[in-house]
Parts: sequence; C-alpha cells; structure tokens
Amino acid sequence: MLEMPWVDFEKCTGCGTCVAACHCGAIVIVESKAIIIQTLKCGWCTVCEAVCPEGALLCEFEIVIEN
Amino acid sequence: MTLTVPVEFLQASPYFADMNVSELDSVAGLFFEKKIDKGDTIVWEGNPGEALYFVASGAVKCFKTSEEGKEQILQIVLPGNSFNDVAVFDGGPSPTSAEAMSLVGLYGITKRDMEKVITDHPWLLHNIVQVLSAKVRHLLDLVEDLSFRHVISRIARILLEYADGAGPKPKLTQQEMAALAGTAREVVGRSLKTMQEDGLVRMERNRLVISNKDELVRLVNSHP
Ligand code: SF4
Ligand code: SF4
Repeated sequence: MLEMPWVDFEKCTGCGTCVAACHCGAIVIVESKAIIIQTLKCGWCTVCEAVCPEGALLCEFEIVIEN
Repeated sequence: MTLTVPVEFLQASPYFADMNVSELDSVAGLFFEKKIDKGDTIVWEGNPGEALYFVASGAVKCFKTSEEGKEQILQIVLPGNSFNDVAVFDGGPSPTSAEAMSLVGLYGITKRDMEKVITDHPWLLHNIVQVLSAKVRHLLDLVEDLSFRHVISRIARILLEYADGAGPKPKLTQQEMAALAGTAREVVGRSLKTMQEDGLVRMERNRLVISNKDELVRLVNSHP
C-alpha cells in the first residue's frame, strides 16, 4: 500500500489549510477531519505539514544508507 | 505472580545493573505499563514529575517549547532508555515535554516507589549517577553542536544518526529534523536540497537515501 502523510485526528481541527495548499488534491475534509486519499500524485512535497497550524500532519522520512 | 515488566528488561537497564534476580523481582512488581498512541503527550513541560518512564517499544521525543512555539528536541528516547529522570530525582517540574513518535509501550515507576527502591538499595545511587552522567554528556554534545557547528553539518549529523542500520530508528519529519538541529523547517528543506544537488542524499518520496555516506561524514566534520 502506498504510504501517505499521517494525520493526528486528535489535533486536526478540520480548518482545511492543508487542502488548499496541496497541489495534487490528495486531501479532503470528512466530518471536520483531514483525510488523505491514496494517490500516486502525492510526491511527499511536505507542504501540507508546513502549513498545518496544529502540527497535526506528518510527512515522515525513513532515512536509509545506500550500500 | 505476573509482573508487568519482564525481569530481563530491568536487568538490561543501567539503572538496575548488578541487582540479583530476587531483588529485581520485587522491583518489577512496582512498575506499571502504559500504551501511548502516536502523537500523544506523556509528560508536559512544567508539570510535576510524577513517574520515571522506560521505553519498551517505539520512540519518544523529549522537547522544550519556546514562547513562540518553536521546539527544540533534546533527546529521542529509544527502547531500553528512560526519560523524566531529572524531575523525579530533584522534585522539580518536568524540564521537557515528552511525546510518542509512534505507538509506544512504556514501563513506569512512580516517584514515591522509586524513592523506596533507592532507600532499600542505596548502592543503586551509583548506577543512577552513571545514568545521569551519560545524559549530561549527551546534553553537552548537543550544546557543542548548537554552539559551534554550522547548521548543514548538524543536519548531516542527524541524518547519519537516524539512518537505519544501527538498530530500529524512528522516521523523522522535516519539522523534527529542524527541532533536533535547533533551526527552522525551511532551513532543513534548503539544506536537504543542497545535499541532494551535491549528490550526498537522494529524496525518493518518503525515503531519504544517503547516497554518499563518506562525503556526508566529511560535511559533519567540516565546520567544527
Ligand atoms: S491544516 Fe491541519 S488542522 Fe487544518 S485540516 Fe489540515 S490537518 Fe487538519
Ligand atoms: S505531501 Fe504534498 S502532495 Fe502529498 S498530500 Fe501533502 S501537500 Fe499533498
């Protein structure tokens, strides 16, 4: 399954800032919470994390060393 | 008797090193267990330090928050290690907040029970001095890093430290890299871009691949 940014539903207020900022339409608000839909178009630009005023959205990086 | 904390877990902790099995059995009975969801706060900065916690699984970040809301992560606590030690021993408020970076399993012991353990086994103070000294050393390294190292070197050091390979490591957001490096999120973004242009790292969507480890190590040491 394609990994997507993670939303902390306890912190998300459903303000929609991330929806407006995401250039690929990956985020929708359902029942006042941001839901991220599976889409290959999400290139992990991290804009949604940067704009979220609640720190509710996380774009986590797995850091690996190439052998 | 069923114990919440396995004796082997305590045995492996520097806090209880050299305790015999029957002593460990009685100490184990004082522990409680907690499961914390990702993103939840375990300890709030400024609140009384009520318990000493040991991470059993997952990762916990301990951080301070400025009045403007900027975070500085002082330590990411991985399995086997403890947090909230200072407040439990000096009786003051918790110096940092602690938040779960993933689903976290914790073993905790209340301040009062820990004091009882120390009263019953005063030689444990020797172990505690060792644990606290290691923490002071870690903080001194952080002060050195923040004072003397260029920001891009600090970020390079974080990437090397949190790359997998040396045991399970938490994934990091750019916000967390900034909070570890004592800088702003945008600076992390720009630094990663520079490293990518220089061929040191490669961004593969949610994977940050260190493609030239030797050069990255050189970058860490180039701005002493
Ligand atoms: S910006 Fe943050 S708080 Fe607002 S809807 Fe998006 S995730 Fe929720
Ligand atoms: S990382 Fe970028 S593309 Fe993906 S959901 Fe967030 S804003 Fe949209």
